[in-house]
Amino acid sequence: MINKLVFQNLKHRWVRTVLSATAVGVQVTMILTLVGLSFGTLEDMSQRSKGAGADILIRPPGSSIIGLSTAPIPEKVLSFVRNLPHVAVATGTVVHPIGGANSITGIDLDSFSRMSGGFKYIRGGPFRNPDDVIVDEYWARQYHLDVGDEYTFLNRKWHVCGIVQPGKLARLFIPLHILQDLSANTGKLTMIYVKLDDPANLKEAMKAIRAALPDYQIYSIAEYVSLISVDNIPGLKAFIYVVIGISIVVGFLVVFLSMYTAVLERTREIGILKALGATPGMVLGMLVRETVILALVGTAAGILFTYGTRWAIMRYVPGSLTQVIVPDWWPIAALVSLVGSLLGALYPGWKAARQDAIEALAYE
Amino acid sequence: MSEPQPLIQVRNLAKIYRMGDVEVSALRGVDLTVQRGEFIAIVGPSGSGKSTLFYILGGLASASSGSVIIDGKELAHLSDTERTRIRRDLVGFVFQKYNLLPTLSARDNIEMAQYIAGQTHKPETAAWFRQTLELLGVGHRLNHKPRSLSGGEQQRVAIARAIVNHPALVLADEPTGNLDTENSEVVLKLLRDLNERTGQTILMITHNPEAAAYAHRIVHMRDGRIIHP
Repeated sequence: MINKLVFQNLKHRWVRTVLSATAVGVQVTMILTLVGLSFGTLEDMSQRSKGAGADILIRPPGSSIIGLSTAPIPEKVLSFVRNLPHVAVATGTVVHPIGGANSITGIDLDSFSRMSGGFKYIRGGPFRNPDDVIVDEYWARQYHLDVGDEYTFLNRKWHVCGIVQPGKLARLFIPLHILQDLSANTGKLTMIYVKLDDPANLKEAMKAIRAALPDYQIYSIAEYVSLISVDNIPGLKAFIYVVIGISIVVGFLVVFLSMYTAVLERTREIGILKALGATPGMVLGMLVRETVILALVGTAAGILFTYGTRWAIMRYVPGSLTQVIVPDWWPIAALVSLVGSLLGALYPGWKAARQDAIEALAYE
Repeated sequence: MSEPQPLIQVRNLAKIYRMGDVEVSALRGVDLTVQRGEFIAIVGPSGSGKSTLFYILGGLASASSGSVIIDGKELAHLSDTERTRIRRDLVGFVFQKYNLLPTLSARDNIEMAQYIAGQTHKPETAAWFRQTLELLGVGHRLNHKPRSLSGGEQQRVAIARAIVNHPALVLADEPTGNLDTENSEVVLKLLRDLNERTGQTILMITHNPEAAAYAHRIVHMRDGRIIHP
């Protein structure tokens, strides 16, 4: 019977119900989109690292897993690595920031193609001129670029010579020596990728490279990809926790306001229930049930919204952001919205439960 | 043969409201005895204390002093929880403004009273209640929500809700105050019929002498006291 009353109340004040559930949904979307973006971006990085076709990655001494903008490896190290046993192909890259979280990658197209199997061109082809740039499909979509278009970054005008399928190392490429010169890193590299004659020789080859370059960070690609995780990105976990905290506060405020208004609106009804003999626990229970329904409907809406945000990201900024759907986080987001909502219902519920029946019945 | 125990015994009942630093005596030593099966009207002008008496008899307010015994239970100085139990088990209310839950149908309003009283069977499964609904003339309107019912129909549903749990006492506060003459007559006749057919004890508060005339006995109040005109 109480459930019927709760549902009828929610149905009767449907605008308030829809707004409250939507607000809880936005809170859930905030968490799931942030987590989905973090995981998606890292997963995309992993995929692109694997797409380079390398077996081993050599990084400069003391560098962090994510984010490289310097090129401290002398090019002679690359020549040295190429002569080590079991090394079939070795190629060096330079990574340089171009604003925001975006960067451009300088590659030696010949050795990179031998390592990765080469770009799959959707339109256009390889570099022909020093001001040529290759972009992947996502980047082209985000910035509305086509072959032959002019594209300005690093205070220079570039010409798009090719649009390639995504998934190979980066999204934006220019010739290695051009980027080295432009970024004042002539003769220097950011990373070295190594492909072996046979993946079975990985252990032996890594041992040899480690012995030859003791200060450098040497990873197998599998090892490197496993390190690209939320735990290894400084501050990311804390950032997620902050957003969860904010979500709890938002949920609390939304439900507090909604329930507070509901209790005021229903003062007379609460008086009627009390006159009929309803206990304070029954009145409180009614509001708690209503809150739980709002939180659960809001959570479901929030999960649906994340499909919307993923669509919007893929549609408008596929080159900058990648979002994945994170079902593992659905129960956590539901718990966060439930906790925030129940906290928000506490005071209005207490107020309703303590309502004086005579005053409530006289309420107009 | 021993005298039957009265349903209500009120002795020297007083109620003082504090409004800031001012004390207002709403009841100043009320004595009242109501036998089982009586239909009593309490009449008096505004401020005479009849509503306060209604609230105390209904377990909605506590007394400042004196004694109130209903069906053998003293309720003048009960805690909130005990008064809640009294409202649930002993009293059925009929209000001037009907006070039906607006989001529920007439049937659900009646069932809600049953649910709160902890009864599980559907009210319409009991023959006596079906007959009562027939008497009240609302059997065919039970699926409607209050906003679709006329004032008279709402008040008749409220009466059905008040009696569904067989309370020892039905308290009616100006039950015809919001109704036109025709509907007032219908409701008052129904209350009298209920009283005569089922022996339901009814205590009705009104300031309307014509409405009071339907009762067996009229009690007059003025300035917080029962008077004998």
